[in-house]
Amino acid sequence: MSVDIARFHQAFFEEAAEGLETLEQGLLALAEHGGDPETLNAVFRAAHSMKGGAATFGFQALAGFTHLLETLLDEVRGGRRAMDEPLADALLGSVDVLRDLLAAAREGTEADAEALAAAEARLKALLGSGAGPALAGEGAGEGAAGRGGDGGGGGRRWRIVFRPHAHLLRTGNEPLRALRELAALGRLEASLDCSRLPALEALEPHDCHLAWTLTLEGAVERVQIDEIFEWMEGDCDLEIEALEDERPQRAADAAQQVPGPAGRPPARGEAGSIRVSIDKIDALINMVGELVITQSMLGQIGERLEGLDTACVERLRDGLAQLERNTRELQESVMRVRMVPISFAFARFPRMVRDLGRKLGKQVRLELAGEQTELDKTVMERISDPLVHLVRNAVDHGIEPPEARRAAGKPETGTVRLNAYHKGGNIVIEVSDDGAGIDRTRVLEKARERGLLGGDGEPAPDDPAVLDLIFEPGFSTAAEVTDVSGRGVGMDVVRRNIRELGGTIEVDSTPGRGSTFTIRLPLTLAILDGQLVRVGSEIYVVPLVSIVESVQLREEQLNTLAGDAEVYRLREDYIPVLRLRELLDTGREAPPPERRLLVVVEGDGHRAGLLVDELLGQQQVVIKSLESNFRRVEGISGATILGDGTVALILDVGGLVGLARARGRARPSAAAA
Amino acid sequence: MSTAQMLESDIALGVAVDADQYLTFLLEGEEYGVDILRVQEIRGWERTTPIPNTPDYVQGVINLRGTIVPIIDLRRRFGLPPREYGPTTVVVVLRVESEERERTMGIVVDAVSDVYNLPEEEVAPPPDLGSAISINFVRGLATVEGKMVIVLDIDRLLNADALALASGAPEAA
Repeated sequence: MSVDIARFHQAFFEEAAEGLETLEQGLLALAEHGGDPETLNAVFRAAHSMKGGAATFGFQALAGFTHLLETLLDEVRGGRRAMDEPLADALLGSVDVLRDLLAAAREGTEADAEALAAAEARLKALLGSGAGPALAGEGAGEGAAGRGGDGGGGGRRWRIVFRPHAHLLRTGNEPLRALRELAALGRLEASLDCSRLPALEALEPHDCHLAWTLTLEGAVERVQIDEIFEWMEGDCDLEIEALEDERPQRAADAAQQVPGPAGRPPARGEAGSIRVSIDKIDALINMVGELVITQSMLGQIGERLEGLDTACVERLRDGLAQLERNTRELQESVMRVRMVPISFAFARFPRMVRDLGRKLGKQVRLELAGEQTELDKTVMERISDPLVHLVRNAVDHGIEPPEARRAAGKPETGTVRLNAYHKGGNIVIEVSDDGAGIDRTRVLEKARERGLLGGDGEPAPDDPAVLDLIFEPGFSTAAEVTDVSGRGVGMDVVRRNIRELGGTIEVDSTPGRGSTFTIRLPLTLAILDGQLVRVGSEIYVVPLVSIVESVQLREEQLNTLAGDAEVYRLREDYIPVLRLRELLDTGREAPPPERRLLVVVEGDGHRAGLLVDELLGQQQVVIKSLESNFRRVEGISGATILGDGTVALILDVGGLVGLARARGRARPSAAAA
Repeated sequence: MSTAQMLESDIALGVAVDADQYLTFLLEGEEYGVDILRVQEIRGWERTTPIPNTPDYVQGVINLRGTIVPIIDLRRRFGLPPREYGPTTVVVVLRVESEERERTMGIVVDAVSDVYNLPEEEVAPPPDLGSAISINFVRGLATVEGKMVIVLDIDRLLNADALALASGAPEAA
C-alpha cells in the first residue's frame, strides 16, 4: 500500500511546532524548579514524538538531533543525571537548533550546518561526561547502524519478557515492530510462548495471545529498550532484566514493571477541536459583515414604513427586529472563533527573560497573569513585537544589577510582570517591573539634547508629559547602546504599532519602585463601536472608545493662540481644538452651522477637541481596510459601509492630533507674520 | 451604455478574450487602451466618499460589493480640464499589480469605446517627448483604422507612489 506521505507533512510541522513549545517551556520550568517528574515526562515525550515523526517523514537531520536530546533527557528522567545549569543551557540551545531544523525541513532549505554541528558536539560532550555511561548510537536517524558504542557499554545481555495484553493490537501497537527494532539493536533470540493461545473456534483474531521471552545481546542501553516499548506502556507486561555484569543499582530497577497509564502521552485534540485555516474564518467574518450591512439597510427601510399601520408591516418589523438580534449573535459567535488566549503571545517571554537576564548579569523573575484572556488572533500577532520590546526594555533598562538592588534594599531578583485582562470591551496588557523607574531628569535632558522639546517651554520634571517623551521618535535613554535594546528606535515604533491597532499605550513610573506600561487594545480589528458625526457634507466615524465627552461649543471659551492654534477652555483645562473641516478638507465652502459641537477625544494620553457640525447615531461598524486597495491615509484608520451602502471613513484620533501638529509646524512663517 | 454593457457581458462570458485584446475608452477625444484581462467590470459613475489629504485626482472611495475601492479621475490625473460627470460617465474597475500585490481600483473616463486586437508588434514604443511630459505610464502607441490608440501601463499609472501626495505638505491650508 502506498501512501502519499507528503500530505501529512503539514500536520507533522504543526505538531512539531507545538512540541517545541512544550519542550522549551518544560525545560525552562525544569531549569528553574528542578526535576518535577510530570514536566520531565512531558518534555521527554515531546522530544520523543518529534523524533518519531521526523524519522517517519524522512527528516534525518532532525531525527538524529532529537535523538541526542532525548537520550540526555532520558538520563535525567532515570535519575542518572542532574538537571544543572550547563545542561539546561545546552538543552535550551538545542531547542533553537531544532526550530531552525524544523524551519529548514518545512521550507525544504538547508539548515545552519555549523550551528547544528556545534549543538550536536555540545550534547555529545555532555553525554560523554557526567553521571551517565556513554551511549551507543549516533542517532536514530541513521538507522540502527551505530552499534560499536563509545566505551563501557559493549557486550551486554538483556532478558526481556514481553507479554502483550489482549487488547494491545487495538491500541495501534504492533508487537512485531518491537521485535524488529530490538533485532536491529543487537543479536536477538526469541522464544515464543503460545500457552495463552485458545482453541481455534474460540480465537478472537483481534486479540493478542502471544508472549515472548527475548534475549538481546550487544552494546545496548536500557534506554534504547525502554524506548521501543514506550508506546505500549500499560498495554503489556514487561520485564527487562540485565544478565551478568550489570551494576547493582541497575539490577534493582531492572525487574520493575513498567508503570501504568500515568505515563501515557496525552490524547491530542481533546475537547473536540479542529484546525481550520484562518482564511476560511476570515471569509466567514467578511460574509457576516456583509450580512450586518444588509440587515441594517433593511432595518432602515423598515423604519420608514411607519404610518402604513397594517398588520403586514407590523409583522415585517417584528421579523426585522429578530433578524437584527440573530445577526448580532451570529456576528459575535463568528468573532469568538478568531479569539485566542494571549498565552500564545506570552509563551516566548520566560525564555527571553531568562536569556536576557543571564546575558546582562541580572537576576530576573517573570510573572505572568491573565494568560487566558482572549483577543483576536490578528491583534495578538501584531502586539507580539511591541510586547517583546517592552519586556526587553524592562529587563535591560528597568531591572538593576543585583548589587544595585541590594544597595537599594530590594531583593536581588527583580520581577517583570505581564498581566492581561478585559476591561470595557478592550483588552488591557500591563508590562511592569520593580526596577529603578524612569529618571525624569534624564528624560528631560535627553529630550533637550535631541531637540524634542520644541519651543513650547520646558515642562517641570513632575509633569506627566515628561514620561510621554520616551515615545518620541529618536529617543533613547540608554547611556550606551547595548545589543539588547537602546538603539534609539523603539518606543516610538511601539507606540505607532499599537496605534495602528487602534490602541493606546501609557506609562507610569515611580523612581526606585519601577515602571508600568499599560496597553489598551480593541478585542478585535473587525468591528468597533462608533459615533457617527457629520463634518461638512461628509459622515465620519469616531471610535466610541476614544470619546471622553461631547459638549456644545461656546464661542467665548474658544481662544486663539498666536493667531493660529485654537484652544478650548473645558472646565479647568485648555484642550487643543482640531477643526475637522480644515483637517479633513471637507465642506469648507458650506457655511458653518450655528451651533457647533466639540467632541472631546483622548488618544495616547492626549486630549483634544474635534470640531464637528452634527452628532448622528452610534452604531457598531464593520471595519474595512483602506490599505488593501489604496494606501494608508494619515488620520484615517479605515472605512466602513453604512446602512445605505455608502462609505464612511473611520477617524484615527491619535493620527489626527499628529496631523494637526505637523501642519502647525509646517506653517511657522504664518504664525510669525 | 450599450457598448459598455455588451463589453461587460463579453468579459463575463470570457468570449474571445485573449492576451492581446485591449479595451479602449475616450478621454478628451483621445482613445486610450488597457489590457482587457485587467478589466474587472465597467460601472456607471456613482457618488464617492472623498479621502482627505490625497491628490485631487483621487476622487474618493466607493463600496464595491463590500470592498472599499478607490476611484481615480483620469482627466485630472492627466491634467486635462475637469468635466461634469454625466450619465455616460463611466468607471472602469481594474486590477492593478504593484509592489507584489494586487489592488482593485476604478478610473473615471468619458466613455468606453471599443475592444481591439492589438498584437504586441503593432504597439510601437512611445516617442521620446523629453522630460516635460510624464509619459512613463504610456506603454506604447498603436494605430487602429487610422486612429491612434494610446496603450497605458496601468501598473505604473496607478501605483501607490503615484497616489500619494508629491510632497508631504497639503497644497493649501
